[in-house]
Amino acid sequence: MSAEPAPRRGCGEGDCGACTVVIGELAGDDVRYKSVNACIQFLATLDGKQLLTVEDISAAGETLHPAQEALAVKNGTQCGFCTPGFVMSLFALKNNLETPDRAQIDDALAGNLCRCTGYGTIVDAARSQHEFAGSMPVEERQSEIAAGLRDINDGVPLTLEAGGQLFHAPTDSDQLAEILLRHPDAILLAGGTDIGLWVTKLHRRLETLVYLGNVAELTSVRVHRDRIDVGAGVTLEELRALVAPHYPDFGEVLRRFGSLQIRNLATLGGNVANGSPIGDSSPLLIALGARLTLRRSGRRRPLPLEEFFIDYGVQNREPGEFIEMISIPIGDSVGLFRAYKLSKRFDQDISTLCGAFNLTLEKGLVKAVRIAFGGMAAVPKRAHAVESALLGRPWNADSVRAGMAAMTEDYAPIDDMRGSALYRSKAAGNLLLKFYNETNGGKYPTRLVGNGGLARVI
Amino acid sequence: MSSELPVHQENPDHREGMDSTIDSGVFQRLVHDSARKQTSGKASYVDDMPEPYGLLHIYVAMSEVAHADLVRLDLAAVRKAAGVASVLAAADVPGDNDFGHAHCGDDRVFAEGKVEFAGQALFCVAADSIESAHDAAKLAVVDYAERPAVITIDDAMRAGSFLGEPLRLTKGNADRALAAAPHRLQGSITTGAQEHFYLEPQVSMAIPGEDGDVHIYCATQDTTAVQHLVARVLGKSANRVTVEVRRMGGGFGGKETAPTQFAAIAALVATKTGRPAKICLDRDADMLMTGKRHEFRFDYDVGFDGQGRLAGGDFKVAARCGYSLDQSIPVLQRGIYHLDNAYFLGDVTITGYPCKTNTCSSGAFRGFGSPQPTVAIERVMDEIALYLGLEPLAVRKANIYDSSDRNVTHYDWKIEDNILPRILEELEASSDYRRRRQAVKDFNGENPWIKKGIALMPLKYGVGFTARFLNQAGALIHVYQDGSVHLNHGGTEMGQGLFVKVAQIVAEELQVDITRIKISSTTTEKVPNTSPTAASTGTDLNGAAAQIAARTIKGRLMDFAAEHYNVSKEYINFHGGLVTIGNRDITFEELVGEAYLGLVSLSATGFYKNPSIKVDPVTLKGRPYHYNAYGGAVVEVAIDTLTGESKVLRIDILHDAGRSLNPAIDMGQLEGGFLQGIGWLTCEELYWDDAGRLKTHAPSTYKIPACSDRPADMRMQLVDWSENHEDVVFRSKAIGEPPFNLAVSTFNAITDAVASVADYRLCPRLDTPATPERILMAVEEIRDRLSGLER
Repeated sequence: MSAEPAPRRGCGEGDCGACTVVIGELAGDDVRYKSVNACIQFLATLDGKQLLTVEDISAAGETLHPAQEALAVKNGTQCGFCTPGFVMSLFALKNNLETPDRAQIDDALAGNLCRCTGYGTIVDAARSQHEFAGSMPVEERQSEIAAGLRDINDGVPLTLEAGGQLFHAPTDSDQLAEILLRHPDAILLAGGTDIGLWVTKLHRRLETLVYLGNVAELTSVRVHRDRIDVGAGVTLEELRALVAPHYPDFGEVLRRFGSLQIRNLATLGGNVANGSPIGDSSPLLIALGARLTLRRSGRRRPLPLEEFFIDYGVQNREPGEFIEMISIPIGDSVGLFRAYKLSKRFDQDISTLCGAFNLTLEKGLVKAVRIAFGGMAAVPKRAHAVESALLGRPWNADSVRAGMAAMTEDYAPIDDMRGSALYRSKAAGNLLLKFYNETNGGKYPTRLVGNGGLARVI
Repeated sequence: MSSELPVHQENPDHREGMDSTIDSGVFQRLVHDSARKQTSGKASYVDDMPEPYGLLHIYVAMSEVAHADLVRLDLAAVRKAAGVASVLAAADVPGDNDFGHAHCGDDRVFAEGKVEFAGQALFCVAADSIESAHDAAKLAVVDYAERPAVITIDDAMRAGSFLGEPLRLTKGNADRALAAAPHRLQGSITTGAQEHFYLEPQVSMAIPGEDGDVHIYCATQDTTAVQHLVARVLGKSANRVTVEVRRMGGGFGGKETAPTQFAAIAALVATKTGRPAKICLDRDADMLMTGKRHEFRFDYDVGFDGQGRLAGGDFKVAARCGYSLDQSIPVLQRGIYHLDNAYFLGDVTITGYPCKTNTCSSGAFRGFGSPQPTVAIERVMDEIALYLGLEPLAVRKANIYDSSDRNVTHYDWKIEDNILPRILEELEASSDYRRRRQAVKDFNGENPWIKKGIALMPLKYGVGFTARFLNQAGALIHVYQDGSVHLNHGGTEMGQGLFVKVAQIVAEELQVDITRIKISSTTTEKVPNTSPTAASTGTDLNGAAAQIAARTIKGRLMDFAAEHYNVSKEYINFHGGLVTIGNRDITFEELVGEAYLGLVSLSATGFYKNPSIKVDPVTLKGRPYHYNAYGGAVVEVAIDTLTGESKVLRIDILHDAGRSLNPAIDMGQLEGGFLQGIGWLTCEELYWDDAGRLKTHAPSTYKIPACSDRPADMRMQLVDWSENHEDVVFRSKAIGEPPFNLAVSTFNAITDAVASVADYRLCPRLDTPATPERILMAVEEIRDRLSGLER
């Protein structure tokens, strides 16, 4: 029997990064490399892709790959258990950014936990790996690999059956709609960053999986004058680049969403459809007034996002129906937009609460306002009472106080391991105050990290 | 031979005047011996080993409740399930159903009649796959008759639930000192628990041998304890059990006693079935079952003068020990010793309460009971400063041990090598502390929402096993005929760089390049009766033992060369892979070859002991440590007063590692320990619900520092003029644990930032970890208290 390959199991939930591997995918004529968590990936989703582990990136008997050599020489290993995962994140980083700055390094490594080093030496390795020569068989064989990927990406839908379990991977939206009519109970699998845990943590047997990752239409993006139509299969990392220019805070919340490994897989449609009260995209999208397009068979229906969430674990989606598209308003219909995520750790944490604010002023009065929170109720939820308290009133401290007082009408949060109900209530109110502080012309710093944050990294 | 060792050598000042020419000896910067194997995926951990034929995979079923009588445990259906080879519970243990370590406690391998915490092992299932084992375990019928559970320290103190008599240490007359002091303050502070979160979970693989013997590959910091305690569980003698570990994926104290239980379960299955058996916990099981850093609560009553100088105090120290003793008493004892951190306490009464709770058994964790009292006494310093309106550093300087008569600890050990005043002076200047403190105050005066804080703290850290018998170590060195060297010792490698440091010592002694030295797995077959690799003593003990073994072989080679070449020993010199014998140079391997032919033994053991440590078990007075390591840190933070979020902006550290054996490795321990400390004090929060169930048992809910939590501006220095005044190997000092305690400066800085909200007139009521929630609540509370004062 052979030894285990190096990707290591550290948590089985995509949080520690010890199992990080790199997936190579065709992007035009090139191969694009992205880091993912192996522990929660379904094998069949790798069809048509290149899988790289720490054993693959340097040739046997040669010097090591620059990522490997830099990490060793800069003292970036201690116990070494997390190391193969770090190496693969560094490999992906090197293939995407030649000379990353500290913030980019932090983002690339946020999904790799190291308990020994304190990270400084690993950051040194990330900064300096481009200075190392070394064995780079993958990089040197790019055109060959691209040709190989083109060969195996034949556009034929994949269907697998094993031990009574079914796996469908349709390649277009019509096939998908048809399969879901036949299998209304099927589990829709996109990035798998939640469903993977049903297997690794809950030990569930999944009977029928329909994989959305190969459905071409779901990854389309169209930018209109007043909105961006985002296919449900667009990953959160792709979405980050799309929305950050319009809404820097949306970009920042997505930067802090999971880790790069998670965002490389997780999709916007998946985050919405999951219906989690602490999914970070939903409160932002509700505040912006986003709309869904749901499709069942040939029928499409639009739905304001906030109406999709009915109760904990219950969404407004019929059997056989799937989210095809999310339309995110841009331009004049959106006012001042801010979003805030509060968590115990800045990076790669789940929100204790997440608040989003969209305010339009006219002559100093609140003309329109949309406020939504995650982590404050059983679903991502709009703050109608707070909005009412603000609407038509001058944008001043008194109004904000009235808005903060109205918060208890909208939300009765719970105590859990991420925070007490009391903290959630106080902080939610304070986020409204923070929003006011950031939109009333004040000159004082209001943030520690991210856009305008005090702790800018060097 | 290991061909990949030396990289990146520099010759630090410590080598000046040394006559060797090797560049892989002591005081040199070598990368970790496994670094390239680790980055290329070739470094093997227990779970990576090729799986032997017929391997069984073990799942352990846990109690779902915190405290109950086990009314029924029906495993019949489990035994019949597909793929199951063996199902074992308490009744199936042939020896003692107890893996409690020496002088420690009563830890059941499997629950017997009752369960005392949610997560306690009930039984195990060994099957062809872990999935089959897991599925089968679900078929068990378990009936509990629940009893009231004691979950928190407050619950335990109220109920009088303890694991033993309180510990008490007194010096002078605290009551009189308190009564006579010009000022007096009372307060309390709680420090949170901490999960080790070693990246490699607990793992053991047991291979059955002849005569019912068993060989266990186990991720453990203490091979000898695993050997002896597994033998006790099996009802066999210790010579029937071999325990081996090449490396661990992190330990931090969490693999000191906990692995014994899982090694025992694997060995039970292997010896019962005659098949190899592996247990590798998943993360959730690991966090639910195994011990953590003790939560502590301190209640203090201190008296002091107008300069903030302590006259004395009364301290009540309560530790949450969990359901069993494990190492709680020695942890609590260190909790009492380290209440001084670096300060002369005056007359004190300190009472320590080992609280028994229905939670997992708290155990060893880097610092071993010393970080918690460091938080407490640092809080006292800050509270005094805020009360008197003094600069916090001035109060700390007023209390620091000095060369006057204020140089004897509360446990009556005289401090004779105090280099702290010089360290603080240098650090205060290099960190630009005074200017920056003013800048922080200016910032806070101008800014309503974000507040900054800054703090400088000193550190004294006692190094050594307070349990006297543990201060011993063994090593085994073979030199083969070709001059290659096999090195073995009782220390274990968990990433801390012990193996490369010990190899450097041997390279230095034999004057051969380190690539000639084969570093090998720790195993009870080669070096017996070892101590745990713990208490920061790994290099002090095992390095010294290896040095003795190397010197023994070198001595024999000298004797042989003197006789063989008829040259007086004073004209024989080992240097740089060569041996100069009179006026001729021969290579080390040539001399070795000749010595072999000359009937010289080229294998030697080394045994080291340090008998200097001794304390009175009743009064707790004496010398609990071999020596002290010192250091200082300055941390600057910012907090958001609307959300409670905090961010470390800059860290300056000056730390004493004596004459550092390997500055690259030591700096890694310094930075890593400090960041781990920041995690404990800020983002790492263990949360038990009211029923005693741990709700944070995976990295999705338990947050250790991530890359961005390491501030961009981190300036670390080792003291380059220090050397150990005790006879420790090459005058180095331990580095594993002390940096963890330095991180308390982060909490002090957060305290300072919160205090700024009340214009530095009141002391914040802030416990650890300083999560956003705790900081926000402390900000609101101090603001309310201030407005109460002003009304």
